[in-house]
Amino acid sequence: MLFGLNNDPKVIPSPFIGQAAPNFELPRLYKKDQTISVKEMKGKVWVLNLWASWCASCQAEHRVLTHFINQEKVPTVGLNYKDYGTEDYGDAALTWLERLGNPYYAVAVDTKGMAGIDWGVVGVPETFVIDKKGIVRHKFTGPVYQKAVDNELIPLIKQLREEEG
Amino acid sequence: MKRLFISLTVLFLLAFNSVHAVKIEFHDFKDKQQERLYLQLIAELRCVKCQNQNLAESNAELATDMREKAYAMVVEGKSRQDVVKYMTDRYGDFVLYKPPFKSNTYLLWIGPVLLLVLSLFILVRRIRSPEDKTLETLNENQRESVRDLLK
Repeated sequence: MLFGLNNDPKVIPSPFIGQAAPNFELPRLYKKDQTISVKEMKGKVWVLNLWASWCASCQAEHRVLTHFINQEKVPTVGLNYKDYGTEDYGDAALTWLERLGNPYYAVAVDTKGMAGIDWGVVGVPETFVIDKKGIVRHKFTGPVYQKAVDNELIPLIKQLREEEG
Repeated sequence: MKRLFISLTVLFLLAFNSVHAVKIEFHDFKDKQQERLYLQLIAELRCVKCQNQNLAESNAELATDMREKAYAMVVEGKSRQDVVKYMTDRYGDFVLYKPPFKSNTYLLWIGPVLLLVLSLFILVRRIRSPEDKTLETLNENQRESVRDLLK
């Protein structure tokens, strides 16, 4: 029990690690007639980043995340969570990306947040690493920071790229 | 002072009121059974964002979405287990107010009973064990000093 006191109650261990990534097929931002799905990412080591323009810590992590994506050339799908197309935020996501840069391979629009629930979202930002077989291998809750990128994400991406698809 | 009292009262009333000010969505159900299942589910599932409220009580946006998901599944004809499994697959056992009985929760469930049995055992043993400490007898000098004290 005493050990439990050191746990952060906000970090809920994700039961997804080692499980198949839940699929979604959602319209793409910018290309509304096209969709992006989890299935079509199969065969690649890729990253799913849940974000929203109304989320301050998403803005905080954006530079670190962008640098990581560009440096490692890892395809990253942004899941725009309850943002674009909602009554409150309209197309704020577009101006947000224009202002801060768009590092994403594709942005999936999850206006209703149902794909978010499917991925067990608690609060944005959340970042997942998925391997070539479509298995979730890592979840990062909260804004990614440089130390976490260097110590957790980059080594993991390198290791997963070595694995058979 | 009186004003402070009044404003405190108002504050209390407001705070108390907000507990009941939860937004409740209106849902249509096919039958009473589905409605009962839905109400049961949102009462026993935890809002993972606010952590100490169930889905029914929470007005966090995530709780609204989780209620929505539970509703959609119930209307689809999914059973209680289906919905609970869906939620625990995503949020872990944490989402349940009543943790399941499994290897890493044995202690949680058995712990209190174990403690009770253990303390009863110790209690009974202590009561039953004969008082084997014999009274120390005082020597004449000590007696003398006690007498002196009591004078």
